[in-house]
Amino acid sequence: MELLDGELELRVIQKLEGHTDRVWGLAWNPAATGVTGMLASCSGDKTVRIWQKGPSGSWDCSAVLEDTHARTVRSCAWSPSGKLLATASFDGTTAVWEHVGGEFECVATLEGHENEVKGVSWNASGSLLATCARDKTVWIWEAQPGNEFECVSVLQGHTQDVKMVQWHPFLDVLVSVSYDNSVKVWTEDGDDDWHCVQTLGEASSGHTSTVWALSFNSVGDRMVTCSDDLTLKIWDTSQNPSETSGDGCGSWSHLCTLSGYHDRTIFSVHWSREGLIVSGAADDAIRLFTESKDSLVDQPSYKMLVKKEKAHDMDVNSVQWNLKEPRLLASASDDGTIKIWELSEVSK
Amino acid sequence: MHCLLVLIDLLAVLLPQNLNKLNNFSYSAWKRRQPTSLPPSPNKRSALKSRCLLTTVQKAYKRSWKFHQDPEHPYTLEELKVVTEDSIEVNDKISNVRVTFTPTVEHCSLATTIGLCLRVKLMRSLPSHYKVDIRVAPGTHATEAAVNKQLNDKERIAAALENPNLMYMINRCLEPTYYY
Repeated sequence: MELLDGELELRVIQKLEGHTDRVWGLAWNPAATGVTGMLASCSGDKTVRIWQKGPSGSWDCSAVLEDTHARTVRSCAWSPSGKLLATASFDGTTAVWEHVGGEFECVATLEGHENEVKGVSWNASGSLLATCARDKTVWIWEAQPGNEFECVSVLQGHTQDVKMVQWHPFLDVLVSVSYDNSVKVWTEDGDDDWHCVQTLGEASSGHTSTVWALSFNSVGDRMVTCSDDLTLKIWDTSQNPSETSGDGCGSWSHLCTLSGYHDRTIFSVHWSREGLIVSGAADDAIRLFTESKDSLVDQPSYKMLVKKEKAHDMDVNSVQWNLKEPRLLASASDDGTIKIWELSEVSK
Repeated sequence: MHCLLVLIDLLAVLLPQNLNKLNNFSYSAWKRRQPTSLPPSPNKRSALKSRCLLTTVQKAYKRSWKFHQDPEHPYTLEELKVVTEDSIEVNDKISNVRVTFTPTVEHCSLATTIGLCLRVKLMRSLPSHYKVDIRVAPGTHATEAAVNKQLNDKERIAAALENPNLMYMINRCLEPTYYY
Protein backbone atom coordinates (compact mmCIF):
# COMPACT_ATOMS: atom_id res chain seq x y z
CA MET A 1 0.00 0.00 0.00
CA GLU A 2 1.41 3.37 -0.98
CA LEU A 3 1.79 5.34 2.16
CA LEU A 4 2.99 8.73 3.07
CA ASP A 5 5.93 9.84 0.96
CA GLY A 6 7.44 12.15 3.47
CA GLU A 7 9.48 11.39 6.57
CA LEU A 8 7.38 9.91 9.33
CA GLU A 9 7.43 10.37 13.06
CA LEU A 10 5.58 9.10 16.08
CA ARG A 11 4.19 11.83 18.23
CA VAL A 12 2.89 11.31 21.78
CA ILE A 13 -0.75 12.28 22.11
CA GLN A 14 -1.05 11.39 25.76
CA LYS A 15 0.58 9.43 28.57
CA LEU A 16 -1.87 7.37 30.60
CA GLU A 17 -0.94 6.88 34.22
CA GLY A 18 -2.77 4.95 36.87
CA HIS A 19 -1.40 1.44 37.06
CA THR A 20 0.85 0.88 40.07
CA ASP A 21 3.01 -1.81 38.50
CA ARG A 22 4.28 -2.70 35.02
CA VAL A 23 1.68 -2.79 32.24
CA TRP A 24 1.89 -6.10 30.39
CA GLY A 25 -0.83 -5.95 27.75
CA LEU A 26 -3.21 -3.77 25.77
CA ALA A 27 -6.31 -4.31 23.67
CA TRP A 28 -8.34 -1.86 21.63
CA ASN A 29 -12.08 -2.51 21.65
CA PRO A 30 -13.01 -3.46 18.06
CA ALA A 31 -16.53 -2.11 18.36
CA ALA A 32 -15.84 1.32 19.84
CA THR A 33 -16.11 3.78 16.99
CA GLY A 34 -15.88 7.45 16.27
CA VAL A 35 -14.50 9.74 18.92
CA THR A 36 -15.01 7.35 21.79
CA GLY A 37 -12.25 4.80 21.40
CA MET A 38 -11.82 2.29 24.21
CA LEU A 39 -8.61 0.66 25.36
CA ALA A 40 -8.09 -2.06 27.95
CA SER A 41 -4.77 -2.46 29.76
CA CYS A 42 -3.65 -5.17 32.17
CA SER A 43 -0.94 -5.00 34.77
CA GLY A 44 1.26 -6.55 37.43
CA ASP A 45 -0.90 -4.62 39.91
CA LYS A 46 -3.55 -7.35 39.37
CA THR A 47 -6.02 -4.96 37.75
CA VAL A 48 -7.33 -4.18 34.30
CA ARG A 49 -8.03 -0.56 33.43
CA ILE A 50 -10.40 0.72 30.77
CA TRP A 51 -9.47 3.99 29.09
CA GLN A 52 -11.83 6.07 27.00
CA LYS A 53 -11.52 9.21 25.00
CA GLY A 54 -13.78 11.80 26.58
CA PRO A 55 -15.67 14.65 24.92
CA SER A 56 -12.73 16.97 25.65
CA GLY A 57 -10.54 14.73 23.53
CA SER A 58 -8.36 13.44 26.33
CA TRP A 59 -8.15 9.84 27.46
CA ASP A 60 -9.37 9.03 30.96
CA CYS A 61 -9.59 5.88 32.99
CA SER A 62 -13.30 5.02 32.98
CA ALA A 63 -13.12 1.75 34.94
CA VAL A 64 -10.77 -0.35 37.06
CA LEU A 65 -11.45 -4.09 37.04
CA GLU A 66 -10.09 -5.29 40.35
CA ASP A 67 -10.60 -7.77 43.19
CA THR A 68 -10.88 -10.65 40.77
CA HIS A 69 -7.43 -11.79 39.84
CA ALA A 70 -5.10 -12.75 42.67
CA ARG A 71 -1.91 -12.18 40.68
CA THR A 72 -0.55 -10.30 37.66
CA VAL A 73 -2.98 -9.96 34.77
CA ARG A 74 -0.79 -10.78 31.79
CA SER A 75 -3.02 -10.44 28.77
CA CYS A 76 -6.45 -9.18 27.70
CA ALA A 77 -8.57 -9.52 24.59
CA TRP A 78 -11.93 -8.17 23.47
CA SER A 79 -14.48 -10.38 21.74
CA PRO A 80 -15.24 -9.33 18.14
CA SER A 81 -18.55 -7.77 19.29
CA GLY A 82 -16.69 -5.65 21.81
CA LYS A 83 -19.11 -6.70 24.57
CA LEU A 84 -16.85 -9.18 26.33
CA LEU A 85 -13.30 -8.82 27.63
CA ALA A 86 -11.22 -11.87 28.51
CA THR A 87 -8.32 -11.42 30.93
CA ALA A 88 -5.56 -13.98 31.53
CA SER A 89 -3.72 -14.08 34.83
CA PHE A 90 -0.72 -15.64 36.56
CA ASP A 91 -3.26 -16.92 39.11
CA GLY A 92 -4.10 -19.68 36.60
CA THR A 93 -7.53 -18.36 35.66
CA THR A 94 -9.02 -16.48 32.74
CA ALA A 95 -11.85 -14.10 33.60
CA VAL A 96 -14.52 -12.97 31.16
CA TRP A 97 -16.06 -9.57 31.78
CA GLU A 98 -19.23 -8.23 30.25
CA HIS A 99 -19.51 -4.60 29.38
CA VAL A 100 -23.00 -3.21 30.02
CA GLY A 101 -23.55 0.54 30.13
CA GLY A 102 -20.39 1.97 31.65
CA GLU A 103 -20.00 -1.01 33.97
CA PHE A 104 -18.01 -4.19 33.80
CA GLU A 105 -19.03 -7.39 35.50
CA CYS A 106 -17.11 -10.63 35.74
CA VAL A 107 -19.47 -13.17 34.19
CA ALA A 108 -17.23 -16.21 33.96
CA THR A 109 -13.98 -17.60 35.37
CA LEU A 110 -12.21 -20.25 33.31
CA GLU A 111 -10.11 -22.62 35.35
CA GLY A 112 -8.03 -25.55 34.31
CA HIS A 113 -4.51 -24.46 33.53
CA GLU A 114 -1.98 -25.72 36.05
CA ASN A 115 -0.09 -22.48 36.37
CA GLU A 116 0.29 -18.94 34.96
CA VAL A 117 -1.98 -18.19 31.99
CA LYS A 118 -0.07 -16.02 29.56
CA GLY A 119 -2.29 -15.39 26.56
CA VAL A 120 -5.91 -15.25 25.46
CA SER A 121 -7.50 -14.77 22.05
CA TRP A 122 -11.00 -14.83 20.53
CA ASN A 123 -11.62 -16.28 17.07
CA ALA A 124 -13.16 -14.15 14.32
CA SER A 125 -16.76 -15.10 15.11
CA GLY A 126 -16.39 -14.91 18.88
CA SER A 127 -17.52 -18.52 19.27
CA LEU A 128 -14.14 -19.79 20.49
CA LEU A 129 -11.64 -18.58 23.06
CA ALA A 130 -8.06 -19.87 23.26
CA THR A 131 -5.78 -19.62 26.29
CA CYS A 132 -2.16 -20.66 26.80
CA ALA A 133 0.01 -21.13 29.86
CA ARG A 134 3.37 -22.09 31.33
CA ASP A 135 1.99 -25.63 31.64
CA LYS A 136 2.90 -25.99 27.91
CA THR A 137 -0.72 -26.39 26.83
CA VAL A 138 -3.22 -24.41 24.81
CA TRP A 139 -6.88 -24.73 25.78
CA ILE A 140 -9.80 -24.07 23.46
CA TRP A 141 -13.09 -23.00 25.01
CA GLU A 142 -16.45 -22.77 23.30
CA ALA A 143 -18.70 -19.84 24.14
CA GLN A 144 -22.18 -21.02 25.01
CA PRO A 145 -25.43 -19.22 25.82
CA GLY A 146 -25.59 -17.49 29.16
CA ASN A 147 -21.87 -16.67 29.20
CA GLU A 148 -20.94 -20.28 29.81
CA PHE A 149 -17.66 -21.57 28.48
CA GLU A 150 -16.88 -25.19 27.88
CA CYS A 151 -13.39 -26.51 27.31
CA VAL A 152 -13.47 -28.45 24.03
CA SER A 153 -9.81 -29.28 23.67
CA VAL A 154 -6.47 -29.25 25.48
CA LEU A 155 -3.68 -28.97 22.94
CA GLN A 156 -0.36 -30.53 23.86
CA GLY A 157 2.76 -30.35 21.79
CA HIS A 158 4.87 -27.47 22.98
CA THR A 159 7.77 -28.59 25.13
CA GLN A 160 7.91 -25.38 27.13
CA ASP A 161 5.98 -22.34 28.34
CA VAL A 162 3.50 -21.04 25.69
CA LYS A 163 3.79 -17.27 25.48
CA MET A 164 0.93 -16.21 23.21
CA VAL A 165 -1.96 -17.50 21.12
CA GLN A 166 -3.64 -15.75 18.25
CA TRP A 167 -6.44 -16.77 15.87
CA HIS A 168 -6.24 -16.20 12.13
CA PRO A 169 -8.30 -13.10 11.15
CA PHE A 170 -11.02 -15.15 9.50
CA LEU A 171 -10.21 -18.88 9.50
CA ASP A 172 -10.58 -21.07 12.59
CA VAL A 173 -6.85 -21.62 12.62
CA LEU A 174 -4.92 -21.02 15.84
CA VAL A 175 -1.26 -20.13 16.17
CA SER A 176 0.78 -20.42 19.37
CA VAL A 177 4.32 -19.26 20.13
CA SER A 178 6.59 -20.57 22.85
CA TYR A 179 9.70 -20.51 25.06
CA ASP A 180 10.64 -23.67 23.12
CA ASN A 181 11.50 -21.37 20.16
CA SER A 182 8.74 -22.72 17.94
CA VAL A 183 5.51 -21.51 16.37
CA LYS A 184 2.70 -24.10 16.12
CA VAL A 185 -0.34 -24.05 13.86
CA TRP A 186 -3.49 -25.82 15.04
CA THR A 187 -6.68 -26.66 13.16
CA GLU A 188 -9.76 -28.75 13.73
CA ASP A 189 -10.45 -31.98 11.92
CA GLY A 190 -14.16 -31.64 12.44
CA ASP A 191 -15.90 -32.51 15.71
CA ASP A 192 -13.60 -30.78 18.22
CA ASP A 193 -10.61 -32.78 17.10
CA TRP A 194 -7.87 -30.18 17.22
CA HIS A 195 -4.30 -31.01 16.35
CA CYS A 196 -1.05 -29.40 15.35
CA VAL A 197 -0.76 -29.31 11.56
CA GLN A 198 2.57 -27.55 11.42
CA THR A 199 5.51 -26.54 13.61
CA LEU A 200 7.66 -23.66 12.44
CA GLY A 201 10.88 -24.39 14.29
CA GLU A 202 14.55 -23.76 13.72
CA ALA A 203 14.52 -26.28 10.87
CA SER A 204 11.93 -24.21 8.98
CA SER A 205 14.09 -21.07 9.24
CA GLY A 206 12.39 -20.36 12.53
CA HIS A 207 13.53 -18.52 15.59
CA THR A 208 16.51 -19.57 17.69
CA SER A 209 15.17 -18.37 21.03
CA THR A 210 11.86 -17.72 22.81
CA VAL A 211 9.14 -16.46 20.47
CA TRP A 212 7.16 -13.82 22.31
CA ALA A 213 4.39 -12.70 19.97
CA LEU A 214 2.76 -12.99 16.57
CA SER A 215 0.46 -10.90 14.42
CA PHE A 216 -1.38 -11.50 11.16
CA ASN A 217 -1.82 -8.81 8.53
CA SER A 218 -5.38 -7.71 7.83
CA VAL A 219 -6.02 -10.20 5.02
CA GLY A 220 -4.41 -13.13 6.80
CA ASP A 221 -1.89 -14.10 4.12
CA ARG A 222 1.13 -12.92 6.13
CA MET A 223 2.17 -13.35 9.72
CA VAL A 224 4.98 -11.70 11.69
CA THR A 225 6.62 -13.20 14.78
CA CYS A 226 9.07 -11.58 17.19
CA SER A 227 11.63 -13.20 19.43
CA ASP A 228 14.31 -13.08 22.08
CA ASP A 229 16.71 -13.90 19.20
CA LEU A 230 16.39 -10.21 18.25
CA THR A 231 14.67 -10.81 14.91
CA LEU A 232 11.25 -10.41 13.35
CA LYS A 233 10.23 -13.10 10.91
CA ILE A 234 7.62 -12.78 8.18
CA TRP A 235 5.74 -15.90 7.14
CA ASP A 236 3.63 -16.74 4.10
CA THR A 237 0.29 -17.87 5.51
CA SER A 238 -1.74 -17.68 2.31
CA GLN A 239 -2.55 -21.42 2.20
CA ASN A 240 -5.37 -22.70 4.37
CA PRO A 241 -3.74 -25.27 6.69
CA SER A 242 -7.01 -27.21 6.99
CA GLU A 243 -6.78 -27.98 3.30
CA THR A 244 -3.26 -29.43 3.26
CA SER A 245 -2.88 -32.81 1.61
CA GLY A 246 -1.75 -34.19 4.93
CA ASP A 247 1.60 -35.52 3.74
CA GLY A 248 3.30 -34.01 6.73
CA CYS A 249 4.47 -30.89 4.93
CA GLY A 250 2.90 -27.81 6.34
CA SER A 251 1.66 -25.19 3.97
CA TRP A 252 3.06 -22.09 5.66
CA SER A 253 6.62 -21.00 4.98
CA HIS A 254 9.27 -18.51 6.00
CA LEU A 255 9.49 -15.44 3.76
CA CYS A 256 11.95 -13.07 5.33
CA THR A 257 13.87 -12.25 8.53
CA LEU A 258 14.43 -8.72 9.80
CA SER A 259 17.65 -8.78 11.76
CA GLY A 260 20.12 -6.18 12.95
CA TYR A 261 17.43 -3.70 13.97
CA HIS A 262 16.94 -4.72 17.58
CA ASP A 263 19.58 -5.32 20.24
CA ARG A 264 17.36 -6.56 23.03
CA THR A 265 14.38 -8.92 23.27
CA ILE A 266 11.36 -7.96 21.18
CA PHE A 267 8.23 -8.51 23.28
CA SER A 268 5.44 -7.38 21.03
CA VAL A 269 4.61 -7.00 17.37
CA HIS A 270 1.42 -5.85 15.60
CA TRP A 271 0.47 -5.48 11.95
CA SER A 272 -1.76 -2.51 11.06
CA ARG A 273 -4.57 -2.44 8.52
CA GLU A 274 -2.33 -0.29 6.32
CA GLY A 275 0.50 -2.80 6.37
CA LEU A 276 2.75 -1.22 8.96
CA ILE A 277 4.44 -3.52 11.46
CA VAL A 278 5.15 -2.06 14.89
CA SER A 279 7.51 -3.66 17.39
CA GLY A 280 8.03 -3.00 21.09
CA ALA A 281 11.30 -4.11 22.66
CA ALA A 282 13.35 -4.33 25.85
CA ASP A 283 15.50 -1.40 24.76
CA ASP A 284 12.58 0.96 25.50
CA ALA A 285 12.10 1.65 21.79
CA ILE A 286 9.25 1.35 19.29
CA ARG A 287 10.05 0.60 15.67
CA LEU A 288 7.92 0.63 12.52
CA PHE A 289 8.56 -1.54 9.48
CA THR A 290 6.95 -1.78 6.09
CA GLU A 291 7.39 -3.75 2.91
CA SER A 292 9.89 -1.89 0.75
CA LYS A 293 9.02 -0.62 -2.70
CA ASP A 294 11.53 -2.88 -4.43
CA SER A 295 10.11 -5.96 -2.74
CA LEU A 296 9.73 -9.00 -5.01
CA VAL A 297 6.75 -11.34 -5.02
CA ASP A 298 8.69 -14.43 -3.96
CA GLN A 299 11.39 -12.61 -2.03
CA PRO A 300 9.75 -9.74 -0.18
CA SER A 301 11.89 -7.31 1.74
CA TYR A 302 11.03 -5.02 4.56
CA LYS A 303 12.62 -1.85 5.82
CA MET A 304 12.47 0.14 9.02
CA LEU A 305 10.47 3.36 8.68
CA VAL A 306 10.70 4.85 12.14
CA LYS A 307 12.71 4.17 15.29
CA LYS A 308 11.39 5.88 18.38
CA GLU A 309 14.12 5.61 21.01
CA LYS A 310 13.23 6.11 24.64
CA ALA A 311 9.56 5.68 23.77
CA HIS A 312 9.26 4.70 27.44
CA ASP A 313 11.62 4.79 30.43
CA MET A 314 11.69 1.01 30.58
CA ASP A 315 10.93 -2.06 28.46
CA VAL A 316 8.01 -1.82 26.03
CA ASN A 317 5.81 -4.87 26.65
CA SER A 318 2.97 -4.31 24.23
CA VAL A 319 2.25 -2.27 21.12
CA GLN A 320 -1.18 -2.21 19.47
CA TRP A 321 -2.55 -0.30 16.50
CA ASN A 322 -6.02 1.16 16.90
CA LEU A 323 -8.36 -0.90 14.73
CA LYS A 324 -10.41 2.03 13.41
CA GLU A 325 -7.83 4.81 13.14
CA PRO A 326 -4.80 3.13 11.54
CA ARG A 327 -2.40 5.94 12.48
CA LEU A 328 -3.14 5.69 16.19
CA LEU A 329 -0.94 3.45 18.31
CA ALA A 330 -0.84 2.48 21.98
CA SER A 331 2.18 1.18 23.87
CA ALA A 332 2.55 -0.26 27.38
CA SER A 333 5.68 -0.45 29.49
CA ASP A 334 7.43 -1.74 32.60
CA ASP A 335 7.42 1.90 33.71
CA GLY A 336 3.71 1.52 34.54
CA THR A 337 2.50 3.88 31.84
CA ILE A 338 0.66 3.62 28.54
CA LYS A 339 1.28 6.06 25.73
CA ILE A 340 -1.02 6.92 22.84
CA TRP A 341 0.91 7.86 19.70
CA GLU A 342 0.00 9.31 16.35
CA LEU A 343 1.96 8.50 13.23
CA SER A 344 2.30 11.58 11.07
CA GLU A 345 4.52 13.15 8.47
CA VAL A 346 7.20 15.44 9.71
CA SER A 347 6.10 18.95 8.85
CA LYS A 348 8.59 20.48 6.47
CA MET B 1 27.67 -15.71 45.99
CA HIS B 2 28.05 -13.75 49.20
CA CYS B 3 30.78 -11.59 47.83
CA LEU B 4 28.90 -10.88 44.65
CA LEU B 5 26.19 -9.45 46.89
CA VAL B 6 28.72 -7.22 48.60
CA LEU B 7 29.89 -6.21 45.16
CA ILE B 8 26.37 -5.28 44.13
CA ASP B 9 25.85 -3.19 47.27
CA LEU B 10 28.96 -1.25 46.41
CA LEU B 11 27.95 -1.02 42.78
CA ALA B 12 24.77 0.76 43.80
CA VAL B 13 26.71 3.19 45.93
CA LEU B 14 29.36 3.78 43.31
CA LEU B 15 27.07 4.55 40.40
CA PRO B 16 28.31 7.09 37.83
CA GLN B 17 26.77 10.02 39.64
CA ASN B 18 28.99 9.29 42.63
CA LEU B 19 32.18 8.48 40.76
CA ASN B 20 33.54 12.01 40.89
CA LYS B 21 34.06 11.49 44.59
CA LEU B 22 36.60 8.72 44.04
CA ASN B 23 40.16 9.95 44.14
CA ASN B 24 42.23 6.85 44.75
CA PHE B 25 41.96 5.61 41.19
CA SER B 26 45.08 3.84 39.96
CA TYR B 27 45.85 4.69 36.37
CA SER B 28 48.58 2.10 35.98
CA ALA B 29 46.30 -0.61 37.28
CA TRP B 30 43.69 0.47 34.78
CA LYS B 31 46.13 0.41 31.89
CA ARG B 32 47.11 -3.15 32.63
CA ARG B 33 43.60 -4.49 32.23
CA GLN B 34 41.94 -5.86 29.11
CA PRO B 35 38.89 -4.04 27.70
CA THR B 36 35.46 -5.43 28.63
CA SER B 37 33.44 -7.40 26.16
CA LEU B 38 30.47 -5.05 26.29
CA PRO B 39 30.04 -2.57 23.43
CA PRO B 40 32.75 0.06 23.84
CA SER B 41 31.69 3.23 25.60
CA PRO B 42 31.53 6.13 23.19
CA ASN B 43 34.21 8.09 24.94
CA LYS B 44 37.29 7.38 27.02
CA ARG B 45 35.87 9.06 30.13
CA SER B 46 32.96 6.64 30.26
CA ALA B 47 35.30 3.64 29.80
CA LEU B 48 37.48 5.01 32.56
CA LYS B 49 34.49 5.29 34.85
CA SER B 50 33.42 1.68 34.24
CA ARG B 51 36.92 0.39 34.90
CA CYS B 52 37.30 2.59 37.92
CA LEU B 53 34.04 1.30 39.27
CA LEU B 54 35.07 -2.29 38.81
CA THR B 55 38.51 -1.82 40.36
CA THR B 56 37.19 -0.09 43.44
CA VAL B 57 34.44 -2.63 43.86
CA GLN B 58 36.91 -5.49 43.63
CA LYS B 59 39.17 -3.91 46.25
CA ALA B 60 36.17 -3.63 48.53
CA TYR B 61 35.21 -7.26 48.08
CA LYS B 62 38.72 -8.39 48.91
CA ARG B 63 38.56 -6.39 52.13
CA SER B 64 35.16 -7.74 53.07
CA TRP B 65 36.30 -11.32 52.45
CA LYS B 66 38.58 -11.08 55.47
CA PHE B 67 35.49 -10.79 57.66
CA HIS B 68 33.44 -13.53 56.12
CA GLN B 69 34.13 -17.00 54.94
CA ASP B 70 31.89 -19.60 53.33
CA PRO B 71 32.02 -22.49 55.84
CA GLU B 72 31.61 -25.12 53.13
CA HIS B 73 34.68 -23.94 51.29
CA PRO B 74 37.87 -23.21 53.15
CA TYR B 75 39.49 -21.70 50.07
CA THR B 76 39.06 -18.05 49.24
CA LEU B 77 36.56 -17.14 46.56
CA GLU B 78 39.48 -15.97 44.42
CA GLU B 79 41.14 -19.38 44.60
CA LEU B 80 37.85 -21.01 43.71
CA LYS B 81 37.40 -18.46 40.93
CA VAL B 82 33.75 -17.97 41.97
CA VAL B 83 34.21 -14.26 41.51
CA THR B 84 36.56 -13.41 38.68
CA GLU B 85 37.72 -10.11 37.35
CA ASP B 86 34.89 -10.01 34.83
CA SER B 87 32.09 -10.67 37.27
CA ILE B 88 30.40 -7.33 36.91
CA GLU B 89 30.55 -5.37 33.70
CA VAL B 90 29.06 -1.92 33.67
CA ASN B 91 28.31 0.32 30.73
CA ASP B 92 26.73 3.32 32.33
CA LYS B 93 26.32 5.09 29.02
CA ILE B 94 23.63 2.62 28.02
CA SER B 95 22.71 1.79 31.63
CA ASN B 96 23.72 -1.82 31.22
CA VAL B 97 25.02 -4.25 33.83
CA ARG B 98 26.09 -7.80 33.17
CA VAL B 99 26.80 -10.15 36.05
CA THR B 100 28.65 -13.39 35.44
CA PHE B 101 28.80 -15.87 38.26
CA THR B 102 30.40 -19.27 38.58
CA PRO B 103 28.58 -21.98 40.50
CA THR B 104 31.09 -23.90 42.60
CA VAL B 105 30.04 -27.26 41.19
CA GLU B 106 29.25 -27.96 37.53
CA HIS B 107 25.91 -29.58 38.28
CA CYS B 108 25.00 -27.16 40.99
CA SER B 109 21.22 -27.25 41.16
CA LEU B 110 21.23 -24.00 43.02
CA ALA B 111 22.50 -22.10 39.99
CA THR B 112 19.03 -20.82 39.07
CA THR B 113 18.29 -19.86 42.66
CA ILE B 114 21.60 -18.05 43.00
CA GLY B 115 20.91 -16.20 39.78
CA LEU B 116 17.45 -15.26 41.03
CA CYS B 117 18.89 -13.88 44.26
CA LEU B 118 21.36 -11.82 42.26
CA ARG B 119 18.55 -10.48 40.10
CA VAL B 120 16.49 -9.41 43.10
CA LYS B 121 19.52 -7.81 44.72
CA LEU B 122 20.24 -5.89 41.54
CA MET B 123 16.63 -4.82 41.15
CA ARG B 124 16.67 -3.38 44.64
CA SER B 125 20.06 -1.74 44.30
CA LEU B 126 20.04 -0.16 40.85
CA PRO B 127 17.81 2.57 39.37
CA SER B 128 14.83 0.99 37.62
CA HIS B 129 15.90 1.94 34.11
CA TYR B 130 19.06 -0.21 34.25
CA LYS B 131 19.13 -3.25 31.99
CA VAL B 132 20.56 -6.28 33.72
CA ASP B 133 21.83 -9.50 32.17
CA ILE B 134 22.82 -12.40 34.37
CA ARG B 135 24.64 -15.49 33.23
CA VAL B 136 26.73 -18.33 34.54
CA ALA B 137 30.38 -18.08 33.53
CA PRO B 138 30.77 -19.89 30.18
CA GLY B 139 31.88 -23.48 30.58
CA THR B 140 31.08 -23.74 34.27
CA HIS B 141 27.71 -25.42 34.30
CA ALA B 142 26.28 -28.50 32.64
CA THR B 143 23.00 -26.86 31.61
CA GLU B 144 24.41 -23.37 31.16
CA ALA B 145 22.14 -22.38 28.26
CA ALA B 146 18.98 -23.52 30.05
CA VAL B 147 19.92 -21.68 33.26
CA ASN B 148 20.82 -18.49 31.38
CA LYS B 149 17.57 -18.59 29.41
CA GLN B 150 15.48 -18.83 32.58
CA LEU B 151 17.42 -16.13 34.38
CA ASN B 152 16.91 -13.70 31.52
CA ASP B 153 13.22 -14.37 30.80
CA LYS B 154 11.54 -11.37 32.38
CA GLU B 155 8.09 -12.96 32.49
CA ARG B 156 9.34 -16.16 34.15
CA ILE B 157 11.26 -14.10 36.72
CA ALA B 158 8.19 -11.95 37.44
CA ALA B 159 6.02 -15.03 37.95
CA ALA B 160 8.63 -16.68 40.18
CA LEU B 161 8.92 -13.60 42.36
CA GLU B 162 5.16 -13.74 43.01
CA ASN B 163 5.73 -17.03 44.79
CA PRO B 164 5.73 -16.21 48.52
CA ASN B 165 7.83 -19.23 49.54
CA LEU B 166 10.50 -18.38 47.01
CA MET B 167 10.53 -14.72 48.05
CA TYR B 168 10.91 -15.69 51.70
CA MET B 169 13.98 -17.73 50.86
CA ILE B 170 15.45 -15.02 48.65
CA ASN B 171 14.89 -12.35 51.30
CA ARG B 172 16.64 -14.49 53.89
CA CYS B 173 19.62 -14.94 51.58
CA LEU B 174 19.77 -11.22 50.99
CA GLU B 175 19.58 -10.12 54.62
CA PRO B 176 22.67 -7.95 55.19
CA THR B 177 23.58 -9.83 58.38
CA TYR B 178 23.70 -13.03 56.34
CA TYR B 179 26.60 -11.99 54.21
CA TYR B 180 28.42 -9.19 55.98
